[in-house]
Amino acid sequence: MTFAESVRVALTAIRANRMRSSLTVLGVVIGVLSVVLLVAVGSGARAVVTAGVEDLGSNLLLVAPGSFEFGQAPTRSQFTLDDIDDLSRELRDRAQVTGSIASGERVRSDTGSAFTSVIGVTADFEDVVNRPVARGEFLNESDLATGRRVAVLGATAAEGLFGGIDPIARNITIGGLRFRVIGTVEPLGTALGVDRDSQVYVPLTAAQRLFGIRTIDTLFVRTDDRADLDGVTLAIERVLSERFEPDEFSVLSQDEILGVAGRILDTLTLVLAAIAGISLLVGGIGVSNIMLVSVSERTREIGLRKALGARTTEITRQFLVEAIVLCGIGGVLGAGLGVGLSIVADRWTPVPAEVTWWSVALAFGVSVLVGVVFGVFPARRAGRLDPVVALRRE
Amino acid sequence: MEPTDATPVIEVVDVTRSYELGARAEPVAALRGVSFVVEQGGFVAIVGPSGSGKSTLLNLIGALDRPTTGTVRINGRDIAALNDTQLARLRNTQIGFVFQQFQLLPRTSATDNVALPLVYAGLGRAERVERARAALSAVGLGHRLTHQPNELSGGEQQRVAIARALVTDPRLILADEPTGNLDTATGDDVMALLEALNADRGVALVVITHDPDIAGRAPRQIRLRDGVSVGATRGDPLTRTASERLHDGPPGVQGIGGA
Repeated sequence: MTFAESVRVALTAIRANRMRSSLTVLGVVIGVLSVVLLVAVGSGARAVVTAGVEDLGSNLLLVAPGSFEFGQAPTRSQFTLDDIDDLSRELRDRAQVTGSIASGERVRSDTGSAFTSVIGVTADFEDVVNRPVARGEFLNESDLATGRRVAVLGATAAEGLFGGIDPIARNITIGGLRFRVIGTVEPLGTALGVDRDSQVYVPLTAAQRLFGIRTIDTLFVRTDDRADLDGVTLAIERVLSERFEPDEFSVLSQDEILGVAGRILDTLTLVLAAIAGISLLVGGIGVSNIMLVSVSERTREIGLRKALGARTTEITRQFLVEAIVLCGIGGVLGAGLGVGLSIVADRWTPVPAEVTWWSVALAFGVSVLVGVVFGVFPARRAGRLDPVVALRRE
Repeated sequence: MEPTDATPVIEVVDVTRSYELGARAEPVAALRGVSFVVEQGGFVAIVGPSGSGKSTLLNLIGALDRPTTGTVRINGRDIAALNDTQLARLRNTQIGFVFQQFQLLPRTSATDNVALPLVYAGLGRAERVERARAALSAVGLGHRLTHQPNELSGGEQQRVAIARALVTDPRLILADEPTGNLDTATGDDVMALLEALNADRGVALVVITHDPDIAGRAPRQIRLRDGVSVGATRGDPLTRTASERLHDGPPGVQGIGGA
């Protein structure tokens, strides 16, 4: 009996019990589907983070307080405007430096009100962190020097506070203080889970007065030349070392940020895949169960086949192939559905999903492996049946 | 050895078969010393009430089981000396089974049912179909090739089973109560078909039955009671007992001793 013959016999048997076969296959389908879909969601989240970080530009450096590691407690920043000045002077020909402080505040206009993120920034923020102005203008050096109460609105912030009205030269109040709107920013979308369009930018000095602090949360440095990234990093460390201990600040490149975020998300993806793997395992046990039922139901058929000259190995192979074919069908359907649902989820739901081909291959491979592993026991039982006993079974 | 024309199809010499029913229970003897010979082209009925050991004997001469003591030779080959794979091959090539319950695969066409033994003989699909059709025509079912068992009458189903027994061109057809599930008229037809195959093709035919009318159609009967053969029609040259053959001289002795 050739292998092709075994597959043909298996397909005949599977067709003969459509309902039961479908339900068995369903278990495998759900298992494979879960693996593909959940891994796609995990990868989708990773892709969003990666895109968000890359959006900042590969020549951007972040200076954050404390040491920046997975599991490290947040540290309160001790940076001040002096640090921006010192760094700007030191890196004059090589990079632009800016910094920001942020706080959630109630922002009101005559026509609207929103609780949103108010960010104090320097004039260079526009270029360093890339906030292209849509209308009006961005904050300038003079606004910063005098702590002038002017504001630039993100796209949705402008829409929320003023609706269709042009907000330029209109007033808003932040924490009870009045600010004059001088510009709006182009829509930027969401990055790293932050809706950049809902932000309101004010001069850093005005923000410090508003929040009652003298520090700056984060410094941003954009090098003129990507190749100078390491040199600039060293320069920043040298300048800041004059005021801070080495473990009181960290200079982060995009790769380092991605590294930390990536490790978290890889863990997440792995956990999701493991959960999905359990459902695949349960599907496999279902296959084993059904194959045992099938062997016991078809005892007479097995006895007959043996009487007609089937060898033990041929009977074993027939049932093993049947289990593998069942799982294979489930694997193909599950992978197809998983890919389809991932695409649907990515396109029509807020959940990002990115199909990874290794997960499809893995899930399909595992489902066939499940067929082998869970098929062997029932198949061997079938092969070992005594034809005399098997033929007599009613 | 290659069986010659003189080699009997079946030789059963002092065969016993007992079953272990449990660790402490005494073994139960189903056969307690049975001997007989079926020559090439012979026709024998094995008769006896239920519990007499008919089924046990059928399993032995069908190469489905091995004796506890004694010797069973099929076409000269001692089945005790064969492993499971060799027994499967022996069943496949030299024995055709016909069962009381027909034992056809459901939802499977007559052609595919008949072709089933050829699958295990390793034949290609085209040749299997061709031979299955020929066998079905030989049993008068050339017009029922694609019918499934549930679309056939009992008599037709048993004919399909006979075609399946025939398709490998065996030297022996073992029929276990072949008319047991059929009405008398249909049963007679089936028996007539088996007898015709025996007469025309020279296939040895062993019919196991408890029906005296069916048994009476065979020129020789082996009667079993409580695991021993009780009385047999002597003198039939095709189905003498082993001891009779032993007195016959060279051809018979060669037939037994040469395996």
